[in-house]
Order: sequence, then structure tokens, then C-alpha cells
Amino acid sequence: MRDTIVTRLRALLGTAGVERDADGLPRATPDSPDALSLVCRLAHEEGWKIRIEGQGTWLPSDAPADLAVSTRALDQVITVSPADLVATVQAGAPLDGLRRRLADEGMWLALDPPGRPDRSLGSIVATATAGPLRHGFGPVRDHLLGCTVATGDGRLVKAGGKVVKNVAGYDLTKLQVGGFGGFGIIAELHLRLRALPRADVTLLARGARDNLTLAARRLIEAKVSPAALELLSPALAAEAEWVLAARFLGTDAAVQGEVGRLGTAGDLVWQPLPAERTAAFWGVVARGSLGGPITLRLGVLGDGVDEAMDLVAHDLDDGLLSAGPGSGMIRWTGEAPIERLRGVRRAAAGREIPMTIERAPWPLRRALGHFGAYREGVGQLVGRLRDSFDPGQCLSVALEGAE
Amino acid sequence: MTPDLIEALGRIVGPKWVRHRRAELTTYTMDGLPTRESYPGVVVMPADAGEVREVVRLLYPLSVPFVARGAGTGLSGGAVADGDAVLIALTRMNRILRVDPARRRAVLQPGVVNARLSEAVAPLGLHYVPDPSSQAACTVGGNVAENAGGPHCLKYGVTTNHVVELEVVLPDASVVRLGSPQGEPWGPDLVGLFVGSEGMFGIATEITVRLEPLPASVRTMLADFHTVRAASEAVSAVIAAGIVPAALEMMDRACVAAVEASIYAAGYPTDAAAVLLVELDGQDDAVEAEAATVVDILRARGARQVRSASSPADRARLWQGRKKAFGAMGRIAPDLAVQDAVVPRSALPDIMDRIAEIRDRHALSISNVFHAGDGNLHPNISFDRRDPAVAARVHEACREIMTACVEAGGSITGEHGVGSDKIGYMSLIFDAETLGAMRAVRRAFDPFESANPGKVVPLHACREWLAAPSAR
Repeated sequence: MRDTIVTRLRALLGTAGVERDADGLPRATPDSPDALSLVCRLAHEEGWKIRIEGQGTWLPSDAPADLAVSTRALDQVITVSPADLVATVQAGAPLDGLRRRLADEGMWLALDPPGRPDRSLGSIVATATAGPLRHGFGPVRDHLLGCTVATGDGRLVKAGGKVVKNVAGYDLTKLQVGGFGGFGIIAELHLRLRALPRADVTLLARGARDNLTLAARRLIEAKVSPAALELLSPALAAEAEWVLAARFLGTDAAVQGEVGRLGTAGDLVWQPLPAERTAAFWGVVARGSLGGPITLRLGVLGDGVDEAMDLVAHDLDDGLLSAGPGSGMIRWTGEAPIERLRGVRRAAAGREIPMTIERAPWPLRRALGHFGAYREGVGQLVGRLRDSFDPGQCLSVALEGAE
Repeated sequence: MTPDLIEALGRIVGPKWVRHRRAELTTYTMDGLPTRESYPGVVVMPADAGEVREVVRLLYPLSVPFVARGAGTGLSGGAVADGDAVLIALTRMNRILRVDPARRRAVLQPGVVNARLSEAVAPLGLHYVPDPSSQAACTVGGNVAENAGGPHCLKYGVTTNHVVELEVVLPDASVVRLGSPQGEPWGPDLVGLFVGSEGMFGIATEITVRLEPLPASVRTMLADFHTVRAASEAVSAVIAAGIVPAALEMMDRACVAAVEASIYAAGYPTDAAAVLLVELDGQDDAVEAEAATVVDILRARGARQVRSASSPADRARLWQGRKKAFGAMGRIAPDLAVQDAVVPRSALPDIMDRIAEIRDRHALSISNVFHAGDGNLHPNISFDRRDPAVAARVHEACREIMTACVEAGGSITGEHGVGSDKIGYMSLIFDAETLGAMRAVRRAFDPFESANPGKVVPLHACREWLAAPSAR
């Protein structure tokens, strides 16, 4: 059947748009949203299962499927508008390339996701993997104005728009952010940008974890407003102790003022990172999330960070662990058996804490699901929504666990 | 509506809270949109979530549609029901259930008035940020339905950025909880999907919102310009400098004239072509430095005068003119069509010229007051709807303005919603596939389309309709 699929795909995309992966699985690399939609329509008509791939740097390419559909040829930055602070990019475009292009024109996308710097924007959006900047700039969804998505049956749906304020119709973009591809394959994104901050200062405080968490809570109560305030395990920060990292971005005056307040708001000893080391430091933190095969996140209220970290440290480990005491987002990377992770999810749910599997090998994703079980009544809703975006169940995505 | 149904509704909420006589229904025939008027079959006013659920449970097997309504201040005809529908007024559900100052969260019933929430938490040093101009009357439930904005959304985001959890009664009377107090969803972001669904996915009966600390320092400035174009360009220059003001609002000459002639007079210069209201907030030193930069930019872009509010009272007065501008326009003519559209910020100068041209060609009175920082326009047309010729010209002018905004890369609504007013423009910005997908999403929540029927999605323009020849 693989040969048939390759032949049929080549008829749609030409020879250049079809290849085989290392295991011989046909891989379509459409280079336009229309071509992507044609591939999905064909798969839907033939009942073929699709594995969604981006640049291949985050989720492993291991979902069982009849063909892989990669967005790697959908890698163009279509438009960048400095006057409007809006960019339109294709989903396979790598973040680092976009970042360089924006910086040349005095702009910036306030996202610092975990993983490699060349992660595709589609992957970042589909997995809703925000980094430490979530503290000051909000979750991934706050940076997305609209998107074009190919549904599992090959319709092209254009959600949202290109303007920063828009309530025309239902907000379908929200389903795509963190939908893990279960509601379609993202083809194109309209992103909200910011003016490149003049000042970018990071300071570190070192110490015992609970001391740093407490100090972070005090800073928030004292209205110190960093762009990122992140608690990092020694291994993640490449330091001997736990680290609380505070990053300030903005105009020189605003950053100077905030740094001054940081120094007086508590009894921590803050050491500024040399400017030339700032990018490297945060790069190491982002890459740290690739230090094991599984990454998961928990969303807690600010005052629950310590307790939730205890849970993770006790039931898993505290090797590659980070937390935003303001954003309430905890991220763990490591290795653990399925049953142990199931137990952590159950324990977290008992404390009203959602746990999302951001990255893991397929057997684990299949068994646990990215989201696991839903609250009462929500499962039926999600099921009907998935049916409407993928009526033939072509997209090989495990939102829920197998049992 | 049958007497049986009216009686059954009375058994749920008490007969006193069911309105069905024509005179009683008059209040509910319109919302803030003057061009859509319709008598609902009956109005029912539940006291709590349990009663909402019972009402919906009664209607579901009877296939009776319903429309949820808050204060009725919406501007798109979204909260208006036809004679075959039950209007569920949520204004009795006006309790703030819990406030958690340490976690900066509040849990509310949907009928809580927007401004009352901020007043209630102000002693704790907190506020609820989204501040639509109607905030003294509109309800948070209505804000959720419309994904309402307001002047201070430039820096802090609109309603969807401040709602973290919802309890929803679905159209089949089942109850679901979406989201979590922390804001991390349990699964797909269904709170994000629900906010802005204009009452067509179900009824939110409990809303958990984020509260934000009151800023340490606030600076409000007023600048006036010789031309609307210069003011528009100043707006882009401020944002490009990396400064995100808390609010950045513009009023044109017609708007200023209306405000200054009213009891809301704020001391705006009436000879200016446009005035900008710029508000900065944050820590003292940052606000001080940013204010100096903003003043420089405004002057460089041709501001005649830049004045800073010298006291809280002065600041309140500057804002009063802006917030009550719609009220001030009420003096000009019996009716006011408050329009709402969005353009990319860079298109502001040209679109203002286009609106002036449309105004002159149709011989209408249009005043502009809008959220310039995010390109969200409110061209307001004063008219008398009793004159059918004028009403027709208003309709045509609105259509031309919408078309111009869409051609500039914008949207047909930034914060007022589609409702029934904008439904005819939806196919200007969305193709049949996308409209079909919207309808399918709606049907995932409401398979029989009984919640607020006939709004937002033009069914005849959806793909499944276009694809079925027999349906044409």
C-alpha cells in the first residue's frame, strides 16, 4: 500500500513533494496550504491515517500512520508589518529564523518555548508550549491572531484574522492552540508582535528551592513586574543550586526601575548575568526540556507551586524541573514508566491540577493521552468537536488516554 | 407562547419572574442597536444556576429556542429574541460569589455589573480590567458572550484574557465546567472557544475571572491635532517606540463637539480636528520616563498641545468625556448607530479619510470615538430611524464602511459582536468552509441550534448549504 500512497501523493504534489522516512513510510511535504488540504482530502477519501510532523524537533515522529504529513516545506515568512506589529508565517517556519528576521526590523515575538531554537511555529502553537516569558506576556494563545488550518478531511478553515482585536464569529483559533493537531493541521499563522525591547536584563538568585519560591511570591505581592520569573532546578540551570531567574524587558528606564525594586523587595542576593550571556542562559534552559524523552506541564495557582513541585519531585524526580511562581506553570522532563505517570496525573487531578503530556513516545501518548480524562460532560463535547474537524478520524493524535 | 409553558416557567422561577404581557415585554424588544426590534415570546428571570438549568431542561424536549440576556446594552442585536423564543434574563443573578485576593480571582454570577466588580475589589487594591464604555450597566455574563473590550484592553487584553473558568448550562440542560481557576485548561481550550460565542453555545452561570493589582502610578494625557491623519500617525509612532500605553483613544472634531456641548464636558479643545487620550500606567519611575518619551513623540508628530491630568479628579474628567461620548451623541438625534470595525493600525489615516468621504456622500452625521491603539473604530451615525430614506442611507453607509475596513485587511467587529446586525457582513471576511466550520462547532455544543438562533453565522453562506443544490 505504501507504494500506492507514494504514487497517489506524487500525482498531487509532484516528485519533490513526496519522500519516504527512514522506515519507508511515505511522507508528504506540501509547500502551500492548498497542497496540504489536497493531501488531507486524499487521505480522508482513502481512509489513510496521517502522522503530523513539523521540523521534527519536539514530538517524536512515531504515531502509527499510513503516511506522514510534514509542514517542513511550509516554511516561509509571508509578510511582516512593522507598522502593525503583525507577521504572517507558514506553520513549518522555524522560530529562530523568524526571530532574526524580526530583529532586523526592530520587532520581536514574545515566546521562548522549550526545545530547540529551530522549532517550527506550528509545533509551538499546536502544543501551546510557552516558556518563562509566559509570566509577563501570557500564554501562547495571546500571541496568535488567527490561523489557517487544514481539517482532517481537507477543508481549509481560516480562523481569526490579522488584527489585534477581532470578535467576528466564534474564536476557532483557541481550539488550535494546544490542540496537538487533533483539530487539523496548522498551515499558516498570524502572529502578534512587539517592538524589540531596548533593555534585556536577567538576574539570578541561588538557594534552597522553598526559600526561592517564597521569595518569588513576595516579589509578586510587591508588584515587581519581570517579563519572566522562573524557578529552575540545578540541572536545568546548569548551576550547583536551585536558581530563581528574573528577566526584565522594556525601555531602559522601566528596566532600571524594576531591577532597583527587585534588589529592595526581599533578602535574596541577586547577581546580574552579563549581557552577552543572557541569550545563552535562556537557550540552555529551553534545551534542557529535551534532556529526557517525556515532558509534561502542570498548571497550578501561584501559591500551589511548592506543593505541586513536591508532588513531581516525590513521584518522579526533580532533575529537569522548572516553575513559574507567577504563571503557575510547572514543567518536568525526564523518564518514567506509564503507570507512574498515570499515578502523578491522578494525584494532580485530586488537587484540581491539570497535567498535560507535552512530549513523549507514542506508546505513552497512546496510553495516557496528552490530556487524559476530562471533567464530566467535556469528553462528549471534545469528541463532537473532533468529529467536526476530522470526520474520518484520519489524524493520528492521542488527546485522550486509551482507557 | 402557550399558557402551559408560561405556567411551567412560573413553577420554576415563581410567577412574578415570568413576563408575558405585551407591555411587560416592551423593555426586552431591543438591545443597544436601534435598528433591530422584536418581541420575545416570554421573558423568564431565574434566580440562580439551578433555575437556569430547570428552565433549559423544560425547553429542550419541547424544542423551544431561548436567548440569554444580561443588561441589554449589547450593540449588535445579539440579545433580542423572536416571538417563538424564551428570553432568559440573567439580571437577578448578580452576586459576587467569592473573592480570593491572594490568588487574584473572583467567582461571579453572570448578572454582576462590570463596574460593580471593580468597585467591590478596589479596597483590596485590585480591579477587573476589561472596561467597556457601558461598564456602569453591562454585565460580565454579557461581556463573556461578546468577548467585550474597552479602552484599557490595549495593554491588558480583552475579556477572553481575563476569564479562566466557566460553569455552563448547555442547551440540553447538562452542566459542564470549562477551564480551571489557574487558567490552564483541562484539555482543549474550551473557555477560549466559549468566550465570544454570543450566547449560542449555552449559558454561563458561574464565571471565574482574573483580578489585577491597581497600578502604582497612572498618567493621563490629552493631545490635540490639526488633522486626524497626524493623530493617527502619532498613535503608530508611540507603539513603534516600544511603549504600550494602558489606553490610547481618539476622538474626532464631531465627537469632541458633542461631548463639550453636553453635561459631560471634559475641557477638550473644540477647534481640534482630533484629540488623543493617552494613559500610561505602571511604576512611578517607568511612567515618568515613558510619559516624557510620549510627549516628545506627540509633539514631533504635530500635537498642538499636550496636557497632563494634574489630579485624580482631572483624570476622571478627561475620561468622563470619552466614556460618556455615546451618551453625549444622544443629544444630536433620536437614534445612534454605534458602529464597530477594526483595521490594521497603519491603515487608520486612510480609513478615516474614507469614512469622511462616505459620510459626505450620504449626507450623514458621523462622529468617531475609538480605540486607536488597536485600530478598533467606532464611527457613530446620528439619525432618526422614523425617516425611512435616512435609515436606508445609514444602512448603506454602514455597509460601505465595513467593506472599506475589510479591504484594508481588518474585521467587521472588534468588540461588539456580530449578533444580527453584522451577520450579512460575515461572508466578507470568512469563506464558506470557515463559516461551515463555525456552524459545526456550534452544533457540537448545541446540536439543535436552539440557543440564540439566527445570529452570527449566515447559514445560507455555509459550505454544506452551498454544496446541497436542493437547499438553494
